[in-house]
Parts: sequence; C-alpha cells; structure tokens
Amino acid sequence: MLLAPGMLWLAIFFLVPMGFLGYQSLQSGIFPNFHFTWQFANFSSAISGYHTQLVRSFFYAGIATVACLVLAYPLAYWIAFRAGPWRNLFLLFIVAPFFVTYLVRTLAWLNILGDEGPIVRILKDVHILGPNGRLLATTFAVVAGITYNFFPFMALPLYVSLEQIDARLLEAAKDLYASPTKAFLRVTLPLSAPGIVAGTLLTFIPAAGDFINAYFLGTPNQTMIGNVIQAKFLESLDYPTAASLSFILMGTIMVMLLVYAWIVGTEKLTG
Amino acid sequence: MNDRMTREQLLRRGAAGATLLSVPGLLAACGGGGGGKSASNKVNKVLNFANWPLYIDTPQTLKAAGIHKPTTLQQFEKQTGIKVNYYVEINDNPGYFAKVQGRLSRGQGIGRDIIVSTDNDRFLGEYISNKWVQKLDKSLIPNFSNLIAAQQHPPFDPNRDYSLPWASGMDGIAWNEKVSDPVTSVKQLFEDPKLKGRVGVWNSMGDTLGLVMLENGDDPAKVTDASFNRAIARVQKAVSSGQILKFYGNDYAPVLEKGDLKATMAWSGDIKLLGDPKLHWVVPTQGGIIWTDNMIIPLGGSVPTASTYMNFMYEPKTSAQWSIGASYISSVKGVKAEAVKLNPKEGGNPLIFPQEATLSQMHQNDPAMLTNPKYNKAWLAVQGQ
Repeated sequence: MLLAPGMLWLAIFFLVPMGFLGYQSLQSGIFPNFHFTWQFANFSSAISGYHTQLVRSFFYAGIATVACLVLAYPLAYWIAFRAGPWRNLFLLFIVAPFFVTYLVRTLAWLNILGDEGPIVRILKDVHILGPNGRLLATTFAVVAGITYNFFPFMALPLYVSLEQIDARLLEAAKDLYASPTKAFLRVTLPLSAPGIVAGTLLTFIPAAGDFINAYFLGTPNQTMIGNVIQAKFLESLDYPTAASLSFILMGTIMVMLLVYAWIVGTEKLTG
Repeated sequence: MNDRMTREQLLRRGAAGATLLSVPGLLAACGGGGGGKSASNKVNKVLNFANWPLYIDTPQTLKAAGIHKPTTLQQFEKQTGIKVNYYVEINDNPGYFAKVQGRLSRGQGIGRDIIVSTDNDRFLGEYISNKWVQKLDKSLIPNFSNLIAAQQHPPFDPNRDYSLPWASGMDGIAWNEKVSDPVTSVKQLFEDPKLKGRVGVWNSMGDTLGLVMLENGDDPAKVTDASFNRAIARVQKAVSSGQILKFYGNDYAPVLEKGDLKATMAWSGDIKLLGDPKLHWVVPTQGGIIWTDNMIIPLGGSVPTASTYMNFMYEPKTSAQWSIGASYISSVKGVKAEAVKLNPKEGGNPLIFPQEATLSQMHQNDPAMLTNPKYNKAWLAVQGQ
C-alpha cells in the first residue's frame, strides 16, 4: 500500500497515455475521422515503409554512444583521480553548456559547421577538406551533434562510479606487481562498469528517438525515425501510423535493453 | 471498532484526495489563456495577430522606399487605441496547424485573434470546414467592398464569410550572387552540379511540386497520377543525388543570406524585404505559382477586434503602404493609385504590381492534389519521412 502514490503516478503519467497511444495505433481513417478497427496492418506497413530510418536511427545512436564513451571515459577518469580540488569546477564545465536549451545549442552547430562558416574555411585552407567538401548536411554532422548533445549523460554517471572507487584497491594492485595497464583493466574498469552501463543507456535510448540533430544538421538522406514520427503526427496528420511507429521504436529499444541486460548481467543495470 | 484511521486508510484517502485536487487543477492550468468559444461583441484593447516572417512594412523597408511615415501597425494603434501583439510565429502551414489544432478541435481558443493561412495548402480548408474559425463581422468592415473581384468567391470560402486575403505572392527562385551564378529554372536548380548540396526547396507540396510540374510541362492546376508521379520522381532524383540540402518553411531566408544555400525556391516579396543586394529573385523560365494568404479568426479570437483591424487594412491608402513595405501583392481595389502617391517608382514594382507578362506566367495549384492523402504520403516520403 505504501507503493500507492508511486503506482498512481505511474498510472496517470505513463499507463494512461500509453494506453491511449496503443488505442490510436490500431485506428484507421483519415484526419480528423479516425475509427478504432484493430488495424494491426498499421504496424506492418510502418515497418515496411520506414525500416530504413529505423535501422539508421539505431546505427547513428550506436556510433554516438560509443563516441561518447570513448571521449567521456578519459575525461571522467581525469576529473575523478587527477583534478583534486578542481573537481567541481570541471564538472561544472561539462554541465555549463546545458544551461542553454537543446535547440539553441544545435542551432549553434548549424552556424559553426556551415559551408560559409569558419571551420569549413580553415579545413579547406589546410586541404583537409576538398574544394567541395563540407561538414554540415552529412552523416558526420548528425552523429557529432548527437554525441555533443548527449555527452553529459555519459560523463556524469561515469564520473560518479569512478569517483567511488577506493584508491587503496589500486595501491594494493600496484603492491601485487600489477602494471598500470593491468591495474586499470582488472580493477578500475570492472569497478566503473555500473557507470558505463548507466551512461550507455542514458545516451543510447534518447539518441535513438532524437530528431532535432537530423533535422538541423542533416538532409533528407539522414532522417531518423524521430523525424518520421514527428512528420506523421504534425504534418501529414496520420496519427495511427505515428502511434504505431512510436510503439515499434519503444519495442525495439526494449528488446535491445533486454539483450544488453542479459549480456552484462542485471546487477550492473541496477548499479 | 474505533474511529481512528489506519495508516493504510489515511494513505488511500490522501492519494484519492490528491488525485481529485490535482487532476482538474492540472487540466485547468494547461488550458490557461485564449479563452473559450464565448467571444464578446466588444472591441478589445489588444489584438493578438499571428503572421509569417517578412510579411509587413517595417521602419527599415519604408525608409528604403522613401516613405517617411509610421508603419501600418503603429498607425492602427494610434488611430484605434488597440495595442497589437504581432507574433511572427508561422513558419509553414502544417507546423502551425499542428500546433493549434489540438485546442481548436476541442472548441478552445489559441490566444490569437487573427492567424494567416495559405490557399495552396490543405490546412486553410481544414480550418474552415471543421468550423474552427469564426464569421467575420462585416458590419465592422465597410471596406469589404474594396476586395477585388478575383478574390470574392474562392472555392474554400465562396462568400468570404470567414476569410479575407492578407497578401498574394509568387513562387520563384532566388540565388545568392556571393556564392552562385544566376539560377533561373528548376532544371538548373535540380541538375547544375555547381549547386550540389546547396539547394533549398519548400516543405509545402503545392509550392514545390507546382514549380516542378511547370518545368515538366505539366499543368499544376489539373494534376493527374501520371503528372504527380513525374514531379515526385524528379524531386526524388534531386534528393538522392544530394542536390537538395533541405525542405524548408519560411526559414530558407537566413540560410540563403548566409550563403549556405546557393539557390532556393523562394517567395516573391521575401528577398526584397531582406534588403540584401546580393540576393536576387526571378520567376522560373517555365512559369511560377501564384497563391494567396488569408486572414482568419480562430475560435476564441475577438471577432470585433479582428474585424476592426481587417477594415483598417482594406483602406487603399493603408494597403498601398503595406504593399510597398512588404513587397507582396494586395487584394484591395485602388491600391496602385495610392502607391504611386507614396512613391511614384513603386507603381512599377513588379513584385507588387506584376505586369501582364508575369501574370500570364502564373499558375494555380489543383486543390484536389492538396487534399489527396496518397499524394501527401508520397510527398513526405520524398522528404525521407
């Protein structure tokens, strides 16, 4: 019974909207006259029509997650073990850009990466980019945008788990003749695993459904499943397809999550 | 039995009470602003007007045209004492429709007295046929008689009970001479390798496919499956080859000015209003599309206040000044005579008073194409959606 407030919260803000979305996903008809007809065909036609964007979304989210991990781990490690009294200041540096809204941050990249912007000009001058080379409107720009926007979701959990490691364990490893590499691989890395797991989930799940980065930094050839859902809901007013695509996205993430949990072990998921 | 509540009962009642208290409260909070259907017949002190960017006379554009007068908005405020909140918040028809349709479909207001919607998109028809707009109060619009004959009986509102034209404009092509040579046809826009990846088109089907159909030699006013598919295939080719950067609403303008877009499909007055000498606009060699944006009063809006403003804008003198300042076409009789008085040169401005030769190149969209769900689906698909 002590769970009641929590359950109520869950019911009102999760189960009810979800039920409504499920109801909508099985409707047929044309805006504004939709009827509930158990239209399971919505799901099959959504998959056959938009599997490209679905696969692309997971591909982009996957690369961005790995990039976040590779960039954030050394940073979090350095802050946790080497930054000493400056720790909080450096953490603030990670979080500070996020006081500005998501949209504005992405629009800033639109200007920075623009064909007539400073970075492209410099890269062309030093011949890293060819005369027709560009950064904006490429897969690189979209993945880089996602990486940038979700970076703190990776860095902060990593920092928390690294910071909790007992330094005496590393000393003990050293005393037992472990090389620094070995000590890292046998002690630090396993102990930071909960942070890695939490960070990858917090990055990958929202990244897979993201549409802002593909919209502003990509072209029609980089659209992700989030863009499709957005357009179906808001532009073509095709609510049933949009709702079924949302379920497909959610279901796929759920399956991936279960597989991931099974591989790394559930105790890591809960920290 | 005693009267003391158990812990369990307390929690249960507390939770139930909280639900009762919070749910209606939340709903009320979400519904704030805008008011309901009950519009009074009093003129308000404030007019809330939602419009597109680059669509009204500003001190800069008036100065550039040598007109030393307050803007039409300032004149209206001074004359009537009604303050205007002018919201530049419409970037494209579908996006705006999506934003407001939820409240309108429940009969609720959206906090706006006038919104502007285009006749070559399906949404103007949706607003009117779903009864999400209110009738104009023509007793407050004596200048209604100044509406030109060509605009008196449009198919979406045969008696002009719900709408009045704000502006007409033309679909054409613009380029930035800093980064591109002149671009004068859709063929060049879609196929010139020098423009690769730096070309913009609209996300509205009527505008973009209209120009493409003209390039294909098809009639945009009478669309068949064959001509539709030809046009889609042509756009698809330009998307797949990487020629097209993006599908835009009105947001193409700053990107073109910056030079990230070398050339783009563009609306006639926008380029002039940007006032950048490096930007040029033409009617494509194979012809352009003409359309009209319409003022409508959404549910919850104040009909008397909105009607008062419409009447003001249908004064030929006001409309002439607006027309010069915005570089779009007015639907008010006698505007040309007034425009010449303001600035003799502007009487020959082809963006405001298109010559017969230009008008003969103009075509209209087939309304049946705009509402066809199969076509709408194909149109999203070509945008990767």
